[in-house]
Amino acid sequence: MTATARTVPSRKSHRWLDRDRISVLLIMLGCIVLLLGGSLLYPGFLKLGYILQQLQIAAFLGIIATGAMLVILLGEIDLSVPWTITGTAIVVISASGSSNPMISSLAIPLGLCLGAGVGLLNAVGVAVFRLPAMVWTLAVNAMLLGAAVFYTGNSRTNGEVPWLATQAAIGRTFGIPNAFIVWLVIAVVMIWVLKRTVYGNYLYAMGNSQRAVFLAGARARLVIVATFVLAGIFSSFGAILLLGYTNQAYQGMGDPYLMPVISAVVIGGTSIQGGRGNYVGTFAGALFITLLSSILSVMQMPAAVRDIIFGAIILIMLLVHGLTGKNENI
Amino acid sequence: MTTWLRRNAKEAIAALALVVLFACYIAIHPRGFSTYVVTIWSNQGALLGLAAIAQFFVVLVKGIDLSVGSIIALTNVVASFLLNGSPASIALGTVVVLVVGVACGLLNGVVVVYGRVQPIVTTLATGGVFGGIALLLRPTPGGSVDETVSDALTYAVGGIPVSAIILVVVLLALQVFLRWTAVGPALYGVGSSEQSAYMTGLRVNRLKLIAYGSSGFVAALAGIYVSMVTLTGDPNIAPSYTLNSIAAVVLGGVALSGGVGSPVGAVIGALILKTISSLTFFSGLPPLAQPFFEGLILAIAIALGALGVFRVRSRLELYR
Repeated sequence: MTATARTVPSRKSHRWLDRDRISVLLIMLGCIVLLLGGSLLYPGFLKLGYILQQLQIAAFLGIIATGAMLVILLGEIDLSVPWTITGTAIVVISASGSSNPMISSLAIPLGLCLGAGVGLLNAVGVAVFRLPAMVWTLAVNAMLLGAAVFYTGNSRTNGEVPWLATQAAIGRTFGIPNAFIVWLVIAVVMIWVLKRTVYGNYLYAMGNSQRAVFLAGARARLVIVATFVLAGIFSSFGAILLLGYTNQAYQGMGDPYLMPVISAVVIGGTSIQGGRGNYVGTFAGALFITLLSSILSVMQMPAAVRDIIFGAIILIMLLVHGLTGKNENI
Repeated sequence: MTTWLRRNAKEAIAALALVVLFACYIAIHPRGFSTYVVTIWSNQGALLGLAAIAQFFVVLVKGIDLSVGSIIALTNVVASFLLNGSPASIALGTVVVLVVGVACGLLNGVVVVYGRVQPIVTTLATGGVFGGIALLLRPTPGGSVDETVSDALTYAVGGIPVSAIILVVVLLALQVFLRWTAVGPALYGVGSSEQSAYMTGLRVNRLKLIAYGSSGFVAALAGIYVSMVTLTGDPNIAPSYTLNSIAAVVLGGVALSGGVGSPVGAVIGALILKTISSLTFFSGLPPLAQPFFEGLILAIAIALGALGVFRVRSRLELYR
């Protein structure tokens, strides 16, 4: 990343089928293959009800992946996602169950504030201390874990799931899951933010060369802080929906999400080095991961075999990306 | 002496922190300084120390290994099947376990080098595969390991824990490998600037494979030692080793940007981590508060290591 100046993908590429688009097409193709393959094994796969249910589940993953994608575009990584999810769920469920009506009505904003706070803490380490995000967010995750254990003890958190969270997570409007509608809205806004706003342009630029952005006089630090805070808010938002879906908060509920979230972003064509990727890819990536895990569980594989196949398929997708792309490492 | 100190400043600071923490630990421990206490500490430290060395090799060539824990879990599980019976079969079993470790490391290396996939996502995926295989072989912790070998490797000889001796021997061997062979300095070269290394005529691809293979080898050593300490094979140990090994190398002054650091630093970082968690265990804090303080101390330690950013003259140096 230091001396190797990677070529910045020009925004107005004349070739319609540039590398990013190929990645997105590839992953969409993957989704279709999964659906068709699944329908061979289990005829219910192509039914509308099943697909809508998958879209609903994919929305949770997709919203959390949105935050992860922003951080990855920046060229950093956020490993504090699991306990941001768990922490938010615990805060929201216990605030909402509070006897004080003031606190219980503010449960969801409180949860989002927690996410923003965690994001700010991450950003301080990365933007001010210039620590590697990989290590700092790991330490933040450890602290969140400790705080959650201290707060809840070893018992399950008692409380109440806010009505709004349940409605957003499992409610349906005209037959379409609300969670998916929320995700679609977020997707449209994200595509606009990434393509058309100053922030979006700085984000891609930072991912390509933080040094260049700093030298250009842009407020590099502010971009880092904004990105991590946004990522924290998205993690919390996803956690609130997840809470509405599972109807309970428990320790470790966020742990199974870290790997799928990063996988969804990366197989969607976002470069883990930052500066390249688009939201449509992440969208398709989240769908792909959801379909894949659904098929593996329908086939009633033992967890171990599921892990192996899951890892192997992600590896193959990555290899296809790596081998079709131009040599960008040297 | 001063130049030596300046050159190894990060390791020296880390070592100082370790000495202070260890002194606190001994002072706080109800049984004080005894062979028993030090042996337990050293055994735990050796496990994470080996994991940190495995992580070090990958970080040295500018990678990151999220599958280290899974390789340790897999080799640990394989060891729990093979490391008993006659001396010959134990010896053969050890070789098989080491081969498994090297194969896992090399697989990572091949995907990174020839598949041109970033190390972090490669090892994320392969980690899932290795962990899955471990879980398939042994769905629940179990198996057994030859107890005489285990006793010989986990107790103390003449007041010195065997695990400490093993760690020192491994570190000395690695020091020779990294300083006095042609390969060692070349690895540092690849880590600090791949382009320059390539222009100099180093075989970058092959060197990277060596680094990943060595990482797998040391991870297998860690896996074997886990089975010696716990006497079982446990497929669920992966996450804690992966995450702690990354924290350990950073605490020990190994730069995640590659080409900087030493195995000694990595081991010191691992020992610091282990001492912190033992310290909170005996500190008298309420048990439920301990995980939080462990995380807090880890965060403070990492942040302290980065205080150098406030001495930087030009802010340009902060952005790369």
